[in-house]
Amino acid sequence: MVETMSEPTEATVRAEARGWLEANWNPELGLVEWRTRLVDSGWGMPSWPKAWHGRDLPTAFDAIVADELRRAGAVSVARSGVRGLAAATLLEHGGDFHKAKFLRRILTGEDNWCQLFSEPGSGSDLAGALTRAELKEGRWVFNGQKVWTTSAHHADWGLLLARTDSNLPKHQGLSYFVLDMRQSGVEVRQLRQMNGHASFNQVFFTDAEAPAEHLVGEVGGGWAVATTTLMHERRGADGMRLWGSASNLKGHIYDEERAEIATVNEPYKWYPQRAGRVDLVLDRAKATGRISDPVVRQEIARLLTLSKTAEWTATRARVAQAQGRPPGPEGSLGKLAASHVARAAARVHTLISGADAMLSGEDGPMDGLIAEILVSVPAVSIAGGTDEIQRNIIAERVLRMPKEPRSDDDRPFRDVPKNRLG
Amino acid sequence: MLRRFLQEKSPPSVVRRLMETEAGWERESWLELNQQLGLTGVHIPEAFGGQGFGFVELGIVLEEMGRALLCAPYFATTVLAATAIMNGASETQQTALLPPIALGEVVATLAFTEPNGRWDSSGIETTATSGGGRFRLDGVKSFVLDGHTADLIVVAARAPGSSGEEGLSLFTVNGDAAGLTRRALKVLDPTRKQARLEFNGVAADLLGELGGGAGPLARTLTQAAVCLASEMVGGAERLRLSALDYANLRMQFGRPIASFQSMKHKQADMLLDVELAKSAAYAAASAAAEGDPELPAIASLAKACASEAYLQTAIHTIQIHGGIGFTWDNDTHLWFKRAKSSEVFLGDPAWHRDRMLQAWGA
Repeated sequence: MVETMSEPTEATVRAEARGWLEANWNPELGLVEWRTRLVDSGWGMPSWPKAWHGRDLPTAFDAIVADELRRAGAVSVARSGVRGLAAATLLEHGGDFHKAKFLRRILTGEDNWCQLFSEPGSGSDLAGALTRAELKEGRWVFNGQKVWTTSAHHADWGLLLARTDSNLPKHQGLSYFVLDMRQSGVEVRQLRQMNGHASFNQVFFTDAEAPAEHLVGEVGGGWAVATTTLMHERRGADGMRLWGSASNLKGHIYDEERAEIATVNEPYKWYPQRAGRVDLVLDRAKATGRISDPVVRQEIARLLTLSKTAEWTATRARVAQAQGRPPGPEGSLGKLAASHVARAAARVHTLISGADAMLSGEDGPMDGLIAEILVSVPAVSIAGGTDEIQRNIIAERVLRMPKEPRSDDDRPFRDVPKNRLG
Repeated sequence: MLRRFLQEKSPPSVVRRLMETEAGWERESWLELNQQLGLTGVHIPEAFGGQGFGFVELGIVLEEMGRALLCAPYFATTVLAATAIMNGASETQQTALLPPIALGEVVATLAFTEPNGRWDSSGIETTATSGGGRFRLDGVKSFVLDGHTADLIVVAARAPGSSGEEGLSLFTVNGDAAGLTRRALKVLDPTRKQARLEFNGVAADLLGELGGGAGPLARTLTQAAVCLASEMVGGAERLRLSALDYANLRMQFGRPIASFQSMKHKQADMLLDVELAKSAAYAAASAAAEGDPELPAIASLAKACASEAYLQTAIHTIQIHGGIGFTWDNDTHLWFKRAKSSEVFLGDPAWHRDRMLQAWGA
């Protein structure tokens, strides 16, 4: 590799990436085989440090390299699902051991990851986690329960937030671990939702184990590490998106990549229905003739107004970000706006469907799709942070309103009132 | 800069003084406003003495005026009358009529609504009969912004016996014309005056083409709805911030009421309402500036959305202020009344929502 001493420019980075791809990209390779080459070259994560599979380029060049990959039709490093969050967290807080052991296989897609944060007793209040971690004979031993874990059933590793000390105030007694999911002390059970789908899991730990060095950060420093994971989760559209496929090109390597993304997307296949399917409304209202009812018209118009203004607000936020302006309030409103849109859409679908709104499956409108919307929408204002928590975040972080006095962070965690678990 | 200027020129004390007068504005400060900042001519082409900007810049000006609740015949003159002249008049007429408006020397308005309160050409019954090169207008106009003080009035009237969009024309009439009776209406929002105008054989000059008034009038009202949306967004934001300030200051039960979740959630909802309406107003201003064919739909969307956001913000603001919120001495009611009046002016939200669907072919 030729090292240049001069400052990289868009043109030099583009030319160098293109040259490397011309010499190395080969769609006949296996997916992991190709990604290994890509990761070793540093072109997979250009803004990462050279020591860890990157090229130390400014983040602004990531898009240029991604553009060259697309142009060549080349497959990128694995990004889908929780593995991106794991990579970002370990890069920031992990030691050399973690980086050496995990980063490469995250990028090549050889390992799948899941996030073990939420518990039955702590949803909005993540720092109230009860899952215990104890150091016994040089190994960490875990007991407790997590919930809302996407993809736990095919994960190799989990990002685990657990309590190491109940005598400290709640945030200070938490530590962060990487847990091997393939062990007998870890049991994964599907969690069925009101819409019949099972997109999430419950994960039970019964003396599950991890080596001492699987602790990430300091003992008692888990909350700061978890905050990094959560920040990246929010940045990535709160983990509620469908991952796009890199291409629809023909060839073995593309088939492998599509299979990888399909596995990650499987739990999310009903997510468009959860968001309300505003796209169906006008056509269905016309097809059913309900468009001539003035009451239905008003509801449809309200829905389309909400949906359009939410879209324009997201555009304003993106433009501000692209222009390097400080993020305004518009950036923090998306999730709350999406809840309003989904609820309004469910109301409108019901109005349009009339009595048929009571039917599902092949008897229901659109072969059950409308019914799926109606029973999926209630989740949207809860998953990924309830509307109430979103409002608190907007009020305290954007509007700078004073925090409410709390009664759980000035005393040992063991003295804080908790949920009784059955 | 404009915000600071308006803060200085239009503090609540000035708003309160002017709203008690019958005119509702003063010529001296009006001239100052225009001579220092050229505001009356913002979107008037340079060829006609204006600044040559477009609807995006006009929207910014209106947002600030809405924030300051400026008492001035700006919406009547620049938004309604000047825009109607730009849309409907011949080049010669624009050369004659626009420069004095751009300079702030002539205060003008647009008289189109009648006592039936309809906001499109279907409600126009005032007739124009030709005679000797000029026309005679007969009929009654109502809800005319600053109609009792305007120097120049653009009037929408129709050929006797015509209906709908047929036979509509625009005319100009001098404010002191013979046969014109002007009466200031008692209005809910005293910061924006309205008048009833009775035309009894009033001599009028044709603006643009005879029978060609429907298109320019409709375009003007669409553009005015966009402008009103911007003005409402400015007012709503001002209210939202005043409620936030108050919640942070007001102590109850030993802590600022802003620390209670009920207040935080209301404030978050207010922010969402105002920001969504702002996005709508900005999208509409861009569509107006670019002559987007979707403008009628987006304009109606923005008008409906901003109307509801403004009024809802005003209601929340009164509520957050508690008892003092519905007193005369507290300033909130000044904006509340503008919100209520603006909700109805140029068509209420339900009417605009239906027009939006019609414009989208539904």
